[in-house]
Amino acid sequence: MLSYVIRRLVWVVVLLFLVSAVTFVIFYALPSADPAKLRAGKQPTAALIKSIRHQLGLDKSLPEQYRVYMAKALPFDLNGKGFPLRFKTPDLGYSYQNSQPVLRELRQRLPATISLTLGAVVVWLLIGIPIGIISAVRRRSILDRATMTGALVAISAPVYWLGLVGLYFFSSDIGKIHIFDGAGSYTPISDNVSHWFGSLLLPWIVLAASFAAFYARLLRSNMIEVMTEDYIRTARAKGLPERRVIMRHALRSAITPIVTVLGLDIGILLGGALLTERVFTIPGIGLYAYQGISNADLSVVQGTVLLATFFIVVANLIVDLVYAVLDPRVRYS
Amino acid sequence: MALLEISDLAVRFNTDDGVVHAVEGISYELEKGKVLGIVGESGSGKSVSSLTLLCLTQSARTEIEGEALFDGEDLLSLSKERQRKVRGNDIAMIFQDPLSSLHPFFKIGNQLVEAVRTHNAVSKAAARDRAIEMLGLVGIPDPRGRMDSYPHEFSGGMRQRVMIAMALINEPKLLIADEPTTALDVTVQAQILELLGRLRDETGTAIVIITHDLGVVAQMADEIAVMYAGRIVERADANTIFNAPEHPYTWGLLKSIPRLNSPRGEELIPISGRPPSLINRPTGCHFHPRCPYVREAHKHTDPQLIPTGSDQHHLVRCLLPAETRRALWGQLAAGATPDAAKTAVPIPEEATSQ
Repeated sequence: MLSYVIRRLVWVVVLLFLVSAVTFVIFYALPSADPAKLRAGKQPTAALIKSIRHQLGLDKSLPEQYRVYMAKALPFDLNGKGFPLRFKTPDLGYSYQNSQPVLRELRQRLPATISLTLGAVVVWLLIGIPIGIISAVRRRSILDRATMTGALVAISAPVYWLGLVGLYFFSSDIGKIHIFDGAGSYTPISDNVSHWFGSLLLPWIVLAASFAAFYARLLRSNMIEVMTEDYIRTARAKGLPERRVIMRHALRSAITPIVTVLGLDIGILLGGALLTERVFTIPGIGLYAYQGISNADLSVVQGTVLLATFFIVVANLIVDLVYAVLDPRVRYS
Repeated sequence: MALLEISDLAVRFNTDDGVVHAVEGISYELEKGKVLGIVGESGSGKSVSSLTLLCLTQSARTEIEGEALFDGEDLLSLSKERQRKVRGNDIAMIFQDPLSSLHPFFKIGNQLVEAVRTHNAVSKAAARDRAIEMLGLVGIPDPRGRMDSYPHEFSGGMRQRVMIAMALINEPKLLIADEPTTALDVTVQAQILELLGRLRDETGTAIVIITHDLGVVAQMADEIAVMYAGRIVERADANTIFNAPEHPYTWGLLKSIPRLNSPRGEELIPISGRPPSLINRPTGCHFHPRCPYVREAHKHTDPQLIPTGSDQHHLVRCLLPAETRRALWGQLAAGATPDAAKTAVPIPEEATSQ
């Protein structure tokens, strides 16, 4: 088990390297703009652009730029002579746009993204799981048909559209009915809990909608399948109340794959819920990534991509470990 | 009064393809402590008829008719709550595949404890003790240690022992064993059957064994009912079924399994054809499309299950005259093929016994 975890962690490192290299190459192969020109102001002289290029290190060769970036990003000193490694604070570079260190910015923005993600998780589980169970048990009922139709709509609706429609109708500034706080009202939880909650309520619901729908459908189909299993027949033949057959025996099996998907979804969203953060102007990782891409800000793009990758691979690992706990038949060696 | 009295039990499923006549008016009785074997091919209705006793076939698309008196109480008209109390307490069931029949995510100890505590208001510790006792009784080595094992950590035979322990943990009056040995190795089969026999002797539990394999019920069953296409086609005590069977389908079953006392070199003869569709059943005798001794009249006249000759306990559903049947079995028992038997015994063209 421990050797399995160590092997997986080695792969995390390898993957982060690969992803950083690929991001680097993509950024240069398909630049959204010239970073030097963006910084040089209106009608810059060729000499100015050249000096900015030099200043940013953009005039070096591609491998050299990558080497410089990685040397700073790694948490240990590359120039040291082998072991023992000399550890240092990793440095993900500075934003071209405002010269702020990317790592500090990521750290400051992470709580917003975590707030958005975990709140949405709670919302979608609270909605998706009961609907999934009820529509599986009352299959073909009106309730089942209504919720599954609703789920299809929620899955199909793009999150930015849903967000804008939500703001248009229900936000306290531009909305028709003033229920929720509007865009840009995000308050950190450390400042004011009730403002934090109020500002995130609509984003949570909007972000959770498609997930809730997806989870309800997934759980429903899992439950329907599990209910035909032999061990469900055994549970009934034992004389268990139907409620216990469903909530303990069937749900225990049907929810296991949901846990896997949940872990991955959390990992993905922690890397930035880009569209939701953009629509509601929540200063999280996603919005940072969006700004980085818009401004051809390599360090920002690289930093947010690496962070997202990190969350996804770690979530993957956690999911696999949790799965072994949930399903006693799974053993890693 | 018999422990279980089934009369005219019929089960129909309304499917998109039509009405499936899974069970078509079967009747039998079972005394306390006795073993009844229900034998038949897949789709003969043997499992459905038993699942129905526990109301496990009930759904909006199922029609159930008839009566199933258990200790004088009709199982088919019980309230949901009463059904639940009967299941696992008065009537228990074990199934074909013990791996898929035990919950893969729960320790077997917890599954046994759950069975106890569903029907008895006892402490967890007391239920645990009872579970350990039961595991020991069915021959699980180190029962205390195995309580915390998961089903996949047992061998097939041990899993079926766990199932049997779980079924008998509340000392039911009736155990329904649906193909209890089909998924097991032959050597393990014998052990499981021996265990069931021993537990029957010790606890006095009546057993219904459902199987497609006459060999399984040969040792244990007091009485055997042979089912075909949703009906009982022959019913008699086990001895009669093996030594003086009178239904061509029973002959087919007997001739298709190897026996130690059959003559050397005798070939096994499969029953030709396939089980009939239960949606569009054959007219007349349901077995006529596969019967080697079929006559024109058998395709139109539906035989009744009636006593044969003087033996009121030997019931046969066949249109052949009784003396013809006995003569045919005489030939078959001596090693003749159905074709040879047909030539040797004249089969009356239109005459029927009914």
